[in-house]
Amino acid sequence: MTDHATPVVSMDAITKTFPGVKALDAVQLDLYASQVTALVGENGAGKSTTVKILTGIYFPDGGTIRIDGEPVTFANANAAADAGITAIHQETVLFDELTVAENIFIGHAPRTRWGLIDKAAMQSAAFKLLQDIGATFDPRTLLRDLGIANKHLVAVARALSVDARVVIMDEPTAALSHKEIEELYELVETLKKQGKAILFISHKFDEIFRIADRYTVFRDGGFVGAGLISEIDEDALVQLMVGRTVEHIFPERTPNVAEDVLQVVGYAHPTEFADINFTLKRGEILGFYGLVGAGRSEFMQSLFGITKPSKGVCKINGSIRVIRSPADAVANGIVYVPEDRGKQGTIIGLPIFQNISLPSLGRTSKSGFLRLAEEFKLAREYSERLDLRAASLDQDVGNLSGGNQQKVVIAKWLATQPQVIILDEPTKGIDIGSKAAVHEFMAELAEQGLSVIMVSSEIPEVIGMSDRVIVMRDGRIEAELEGDALSPETLVRHAAGISATQMEEA
Amino acid sequence: MVLRHIPIREGILGAAILVLLGLVSIRYSGFIAPANLANVFNDTAPLIILALGQMVVILTRCIDLSVAANLALTGMVVAMLNVAMPGLPIPVILAIAILLGAMMGAINGLLVWKLAIPPIVVTLGTMTVFRGIIFLISEGKWINAHEMSTAFTGFSRTAFLGLPVLSWIAIATVIVFGVMMSRTALGRSVFAVGGNPHAAVYTGIDVGKTQFLAFVLSGALAGLTGYLWVARYAVAYVDIARGFELEVVAACVIGGISIAGGIGSVGGAVLGALFLGVVKNALPVVNISPFWQLAISGSAILIAVAFNARAGRSKGRIILKSAEGSV
Amino acid sequence: MSDTTMAARFVPNRLNSRAFRILRSWEALLLVVAVGIFVLNSFASPYFLNVWNLSDATYNFTEKGMIAFAMALLIISGEIDLSVASIIALASTAMGLAAQYGAGTTELVMIGLTVGLLCGAFNAFFVTVLGLPSIVVTIGTMSLFRGISYIVLGDGAYGGYPDSFAWFGQGYIYWVFTVEIAIFAVIAVIYGVVLHKTNFGRAVYAIGNNPTGALFSGIRVQRVKFILFLLTGLMSGVAAICLTSRLGSTRPSIAAGMELSVVTMVVLGGINILGGSGSIPGVVIAAVVMGLVTFGLGLLNVPGIVMSIFIGLLLIGVIALPRLWAMIAAKRRKI
Repeated sequence: MTDHATPVVSMDAITKTFPGVKALDAVQLDLYASQVTALVGENGAGKSTTVKILTGIYFPDGGTIRIDGEPVTFANANAAADAGITAIHQETVLFDELTVAENIFIGHAPRTRWGLIDKAAMQSAAFKLLQDIGATFDPRTLLRDLGIANKHLVAVARALSVDARVVIMDEPTAALSHKEIEELYELVETLKKQGKAILFISHKFDEIFRIADRYTVFRDGGFVGAGLISEIDEDALVQLMVGRTVEHIFPERTPNVAEDVLQVVGYAHPTEFADINFTLKRGEILGFYGLVGAGRSEFMQSLFGITKPSKGVCKINGSIRVIRSPADAVANGIVYVPEDRGKQGTIIGLPIFQNISLPSLGRTSKSGFLRLAEEFKLAREYSERLDLRAASLDQDVGNLSGGNQQKVVIAKWLATQPQVIILDEPTKGIDIGSKAAVHEFMAELAEQGLSVIMVSSEIPEVIGMSDRVIVMRDGRIEAELEGDALSPETLVRHAAGISATQMEEA
Repeated sequence: MVLRHIPIREGILGAAILVLLGLVSIRYSGFIAPANLANVFNDTAPLIILALGQMVVILTRCIDLSVAANLALTGMVVAMLNVAMPGLPIPVILAIAILLGAMMGAINGLLVWKLAIPPIVVTLGTMTVFRGIIFLISEGKWINAHEMSTAFTGFSRTAFLGLPVLSWIAIATVIVFGVMMSRTALGRSVFAVGGNPHAAVYTGIDVGKTQFLAFVLSGALAGLTGYLWVARYAVAYVDIARGFELEVVAACVIGGISIAGGIGSVGGAVLGALFLGVVKNALPVVNISPFWQLAISGSAILIAVAFNARAGRSKGRIILKSAEGSV
Repeated sequence: MSDTTMAARFVPNRLNSRAFRILRSWEALLLVVAVGIFVLNSFASPYFLNVWNLSDATYNFTEKGMIAFAMALLIISGEIDLSVASIIALASTAMGLAAQYGAGTTELVMIGLTVGLLCGAFNAFFVTVLGLPSIVVTIGTMSLFRGISYIVLGDGAYGGYPDSFAWFGQGYIYWVFTVEIAIFAVIAVIYGVVLHKTNFGRAVYAIGNNPTGALFSGIRVQRVKFILFLLTGLMSGVAAICLTSRLGSTRPSIAAGMELSVVTMVVLGGINILGGSGSIPGVVIAAVVMGLVTFGLGLLNVPGIVMSIFIGLLLIGVIALPRLWAMIAAKRRKI
């Protein structure tokens, strides 16, 4: 391997700060032609920020980006594209109301002599691009008529439509089926042969070891290490990524399991999930594991009354309860800490104490009239329990760090004195310190007899915290694991739908 | 094959207009005579032109309530120019009208782009300001037909190939906008900005600037219509076209342009305007008091928006493999 | 992060005192403007400081203000109702029709309020049950409601209201205080209490800041919005009673364009047009400011349409100036 060659793109001591968080702290990243570099790190390690800086969406606060050794700055997304950097994004950044061909060529469509968009040329070029990556649909189709996997292919085609030297793939296999993933690997090989430098971001170790040539590891916004994949093994990479052994940070718990609290029978939704059956016991922490897009959050939101299930029954303490709205859920003692904190969790614009008291106003008020003193009392009690760090309780919740916002959301729900608390990716995107605090607190809650459902995509967290784990795949329950059956291997296997024999072969 | 390419929304609206024409012709067959239909079209031409400008603005998630005031102010300015300088050639008048309209649009656009003030507030404000300025410059007086030159008032009525120039300008605008929306980078950016502003940034499109340009276009068309309006009715005063902005928005909504942005078509806007035009012209023919018109267009807005929302409702994420095939 | 290493510490309830927050508020600024206009007016015209003239001047804002309070809540929740003036027209037409059949004052008031409520429920149905954007729905009902008035009345007018009906728009409660200003004051107090002192008001703020977050916090978002549209309809009904009583007749063009004045009043009062913040005292002061401006310019023989320029610039200016100021300040800081 050409280890001394100049990298096509190199990020040198790049720093990016957001209010309250240092997203990147002097990180280092080199991408070489004809090589796949895997960027590895936990959620919140700074991977997305890196992608946004490389594609010109964010402007770094410090450090240098070099292309072929020459320093460059990207004023906007166009400048990065002109420099030959293109990205296939994690979130769909496509346009539903435009055709496939227009989505591929928006911003750089072929023109006719009159300066108009040359539709015929655009469609035939799009057709060719799609054919190259094995897509069979008509480029004239409206994007909204395509399924998720096909939309993803459009995103790939768009990345290839510019004459890119660097292709960034941000969790490209998260929403794909097994067969589609194989096709994507072939595509990566093709791109390598064409001499492109590829940045591959993934949570899945098997695929990193399968297709990457190099690795770079970030942790909490800092650079941890880099090297050749051939010179490292999985354990060492995990060690680099997590920076600690898994057993250390999770609180010791003695499961003290009692009677059933929640029973879910045959929950189903037309497109999102089906056949969901399980029971939850008092004082238990039940983990829900699965790949992104496996339908876990969708099911939880249905249980919380946001979406209507088409079938199914929910029993609380043995009696059937109909939950049509979150208000019903809260009244029945089920509360939900959502993954999307900014949009669904906190109400930014309202002060901390009002966020905490919002679902409990019935208790703090008197015949419908607010009693501020009671609200402050309630907010103080729970924010102290959660060790909330804030300047004052009437501070806008939007000014808090991610971890402290999460504490406000949890405090809000604990104040309602629930029976079941559902935590959806409770530690995603928050710093290690707050993470440990959330974990300890979860254990404490279970100890006090609260039943916890924890949706998590982080294997150490799932294994370290859960008494029992349900694995979901493609909207269904794939497995229920407990005790010795609960290991990183079994989780990954069930989540990906790979049978035991296949695993041994690989 | 041909039918497959006509979008459902436009198809249904087109059919509704045809049914309407059919029903009216039962009562009075002369209504669908070519000459009368040409009259109806000419009468609807200003609405069509303004609806196209409004469409672009709404597609970018904004709204322009100042179009009617812009129209009236531009109309007054060109009428006063004509009184002061009767010799000014029509092309110069047209250029002034379009430029003046575009300038007013640019004021709206700048306030939305640079200061990020909600479009509804900006255009509510400029709407009253523009109207007030008409009063200031005209001192509340009317400019009547006899004060304007015959070339000035005659232009929009001059027949060319059997249709008045006003109709031809509307047709030309439809063609230009049809090409612009489907075949230029600006046209596609407009859809991108309204459909997914977040993603538009990723593809290097400047959301604010696109919205600014949409307001300029809408303003330019309002200015153009201002001259045509004053010429056609041969009168200019403070209150011309008062409340017309709502009819323009109504045409867009009926034409299936989503107020949430990103969804709509030139064909829809034109059909929406034609629908209102046909209703307005048909009422006297079928002996219904013209006082019904307002209530009918109000009901049409409600029906159209309810219908379009139902058709466009998202069905949630498709996760189950069994569901993927069936949708 | 540094905060993990710190020992647990006391978090105070509030950092700034109540007096400090009031002094820095939009309402305080607006109050200064109001006093300034009052002083200017009293210098500009010798007729201004006559209590009876001032009493008459209150009609410039009382009817609009009644609606503005309900509209303020609606806008804080992130919705808008552009049909309020048309609801007045429809309610007034219904009352006029009833008066032709000899309805008494009590019946007329009941009819006015009922029509207002029904119109509000109609809007609410489209917005909360069908989930349509309120701006389009109420542009539609704006045409529909007034359109029905035109169908009923054409270019005619209703008159002949019972004598006792005139009390609402022409009567006095005590000395120079009109019935309308009394109604305005009572409504202001009720809405101030509802918005600032009740759970319902808190829900309105929560919904306006983050409707999804409010839903996820167990608030019945659609129910709250339904009630807000009902209230706006009801207040339009109250305004219809006052306006009809004051004018003594009903034409379908009654209160034309009033929705814009109401929205302007609300925005001037410091209510964020995008929802989430604002206060009732702000709207009260904004109503008075608009009334004083109209009255003062009227005394100086400035025509109504020129006042509208002033109102339009005020509407844009009150939002633009703070943003311009912030932009300039941000630039300076960079240099």
